[in-house]
Amino acid sequence: MTSQPILRLRNVVKTFGSFTALPGVNLDIEEGEFFTIVGPSGSGKSTLIRLLVGMDEVTEGEIWLRDRRIDQTPANQRPTCMVFQSLALFPHMSVGQNVEFPLKLRKVPAEKRRDRALELLDLLRLPQSYYSKRISQCSGGERQRVALARALAFDPEILFFDEPLSALDYRLRKTLEKELKDLHSRTGKTFVYITHSLEEAMVMSDRIAIMNKGHFEQIAVADEIYGRPVNRFVAEFMGEVNLFDVTGTDGGGLSGAGLESHMNGHAETCGVAMAPGATGTLMVRPEYVRFLASSDTADFTLRGILHGEYALGSRIQYEVETLGGQVITVEKLREDRVDRQPGAEVVLGFDGDHVHLIRGQ
Amino acid sequence: MERHDRKLGLLSAMPLGLILVLSFLAPLVVVAVFSVMPAKVFTLAHMPDFSAYSVFFERGYYKSLLWSLAMALIATLALFLVCWPLAFGMAKVFGRFTLVLTVAVVMSLFVSENIRLFGWVLTLMKGGLFEGYFRSLTGIGFDSPLYNTGIIIFGLVYVYLPFMLFPLAQGISMVPDDTRQAAADLGASRWQILCQVELPLAAPGIMVGSLLTFVLAAGALAESKILGGQAVIVIADDIETAFTFGQNWPLGAALSMVLIVIIGGLALFGVSRIDLDAIMGRKR
Repeated sequence: MTSQPILRLRNVVKTFGSFTALPGVNLDIEEGEFFTIVGPSGSGKSTLIRLLVGMDEVTEGEIWLRDRRIDQTPANQRPTCMVFQSLALFPHMSVGQNVEFPLKLRKVPAEKRRDRALELLDLLRLPQSYYSKRISQCSGGERQRVALARALAFDPEILFFDEPLSALDYRLRKTLEKELKDLHSRTGKTFVYITHSLEEAMVMSDRIAIMNKGHFEQIAVADEIYGRPVNRFVAEFMGEVNLFDVTGTDGGGLSGAGLESHMNGHAETCGVAMAPGATGTLMVRPEYVRFLASSDTADFTLRGILHGEYALGSRIQYEVETLGGQVITVEKLREDRVDRQPGAEVVLGFDGDHVHLIRGQ
Repeated sequence: MERHDRKLGLLSAMPLGLILVLSFLAPLVVVAVFSVMPAKVFTLAHMPDFSAYSVFFERGYYKSLLWSLAMALIATLALFLVCWPLAFGMAKVFGRFTLVLTVAVVMSLFVSENIRLFGWVLTLMKGGLFEGYFRSLTGIGFDSPLYNTGIIIFGLVYVYLPFMLFPLAQGISMVPDDTRQAAADLGASRWQILCQVELPLAAPGIMVGSLLTFVLAAGALAESKILGGQAVIVIADDIETAFTFGQNWPLGAALSMVLIVIIGGLALFGVSRIDLDAIMGRKR
């Protein structure tokens, strides 16, 4: 990464009539990174990407591509390019013609165009025989690759993606996620990706931005967002999570929500020390919650009734209702399946190393 | 089971098939046979000869045909240019106003073509709506634009506008918005988008609209008679004269056959080149 960001957004505002979609977005994207913007539908992420590629005009604010201000530049003059959710391939052209389209616009000679198109088909692991195939003869995954090849033929400074995998089935999506990440490292280009799927973001991205109601809740690397979310929204958005409303106690510990704390003074080192009377939310991911036998100990324990067991493929998910009525989610690997029947009384425990405290909420 | 189904399908198509054969094919056959009868006979029980067809060339009827085809071609091209922006607006821009426009255009079809054309005559003739008012206000008169080929083409454009407009709007609505956006994103100018994305993808609509207007305009009669004052004779005029005033049915039939073969061939060629299913909204 270089010191100067490749893309800078300064206080970008977008309104539609009286509705404010983006109240003022600031963002720096580094050269060569895989940056993913994740958010629920209606969070403004699609609006944002349309501004970035030039399909909509900003109401206020500035977009800079290196040293060039581009927010007033029409889409067809920006050196960026987007892979559409619908892919937007040209159905009346062959695979080759689709890939060559941006080159043809630049009046690249036919032979060079063909060479480049075949090269790109290779890069995306499409057989060269696909060059003359019709788009309608290609499967979903193949179309995806054609759309990518077409975008790469444009040789953009930044390649944008607007949820291009959302229409595909699970297996294919998983394969293409890895291929995209691989493609990113092989091309060295800056990728800016939009999705509502946390998993997709986690697999591929260098950095993730969590978007909600037109602003970013948190921008960080995947591990940080997963393990140390800044607020409840991010915590809950990033997959299954258990949250406890807690209050600081006099001894420097914390209590609440039926939790029993046995921190014995090392709350400080785990980053969960609280001033007496301060409030916060304690977060623990389901994979860190254990079922305790009578002899086991843990930093935090709580009692409950085992409700249900759900098989999630490689993992098993358990739901435990605490005495206070809160439902706790526990996940175990299939090999660590526990031998308890629904209705049984259980003791759950987790350690201070695996929790994260969101203060003041 | 499948064979049984096919048989049932054939059987249920039979009544309609018979009606179609009787009402469309039979008259065509009669006309075709009449066209090879000797001049001025009124039955089909004669030795066939091709005298009517030789008359087509000897007496200059081919000139009428060329006029008809040429004016139809110009009218079709003009209609395409006029209707494309309008159809684009209807398909992509106007929103609910499209309905207003559609109703307005369709309403004009409720009034007979001849009456509408006479309306134009009253408007454009010397001493008519335009020239009359202009002269009484300014004292300066001008010649009527009526009675030449230009006004005939105007008439064709005016009368057949709906037949180009609606298929074209349908065709344009088949161009996905995101392909246009993608083309722009990949660096295409407005003009390049039009030529490389919109026109090819709207081709079925363009073809249907052009065929409809060309076929109708090539056989049109009222425009040249009413607006053109027979400044040129069109082929439909010759056919009518042969059947009525001329009392020469074989000649009329022969002229009709020439027109039918040319236009039918063109229509078949055009239809074979496009995906009619696509414009009817059916997916393959």
